[in-house]
Amino acid sequence: MPKHQINPNNWVKSYSDYLFNYTITRVNSREIAQDLISETFLAGLKSMKNFKGEASERTWLISILKRKIIDHYRKINSNKGKAEVRMSYNSDTDTEGDWLEERVADASDKTAEDHLVNSELGDAIYDCLGKLPEKQADVFKMKTILGYDTETICNDLDITASNLWVIIHRARTALAECMEDNWYK
Amino acid sequence: MKKSFLFISCDEAKHICDKVQYDEASSWEQFKLRLRLMYCHITKKYSNKNKKLSETIEKSKVQCLKTEELKKLQSQFDKELAKQQQDQ
Repeated sequence: MPKHQINPNNWVKSYSDYLFNYTITRVNSREIAQDLISETFLAGLKSMKNFKGEASERTWLISILKRKIIDHYRKINSNKGKAEVRMSYNSDTDTEGDWLEERVADASDKTAEDHLVNSELGDAIYDCLGKLPEKQADVFKMKTILGYDTETICNDLDITASNLWVIIHRARTALAECMEDNWYK
Repeated sequence: MKKSFLFISCDEAKHICDKVQYDEASSWEQFKLRLRLMYCHITKKYSNKNKKLSETIEKSKVQCLKTEELKKLQSQFDKELAKQQQDQ
């Protein structure tokens, strides 16, 4: 009996935001990210019989998405020229020898490390959001991540402002506890 | 002056604390919260955890789909799913 079951009826609701968060940091365009996610779901539908159930649905969909992102980069790179790398040295004799420190102090290492931490933090947040009841997760995302105002959310979900704040309170309390257990420690 | 006018309950304090995270607490609400924070360790603890959560979300730069984007994705997927189920 496979450990995980597959159910495409839940894919969009359950995984879109997670896949979007994964993709947007890699392609920097909402439209392209949405297209890639759509292609991922369609590819998933076509290859459902290949799902063995050893990994979770989300992990399986992410593996498809990763290939889609790589394909996307292959397509766009074929239209770009080669990048030129210029090394500039200061030929001023007063700073001669400083070039070594300039090369060793690589600012991009810090950026890559920050990116990795943020990516793992995003995963932790989405794992915790996944544990919330659907309505709490939806309201929290709309209010906190998307920054929708109270009136918009209330109209969209047909709830009162009082309801909204009760939901937000429950969501925040649960998330804070989850993050305490899964990230801060 | 009625006691409840200035001195709010723990639950009300937490509610105001939530609104503060979204800049939606009025000056008067913020004043009542600050008063409570002076003597209630439970409110203080909740306030600290709440701020930490907001900072974490901010730092993560986590994103998600807008409502209309999600609806569009769902609609496209439903059509494909129906097509696939028809073909079977």
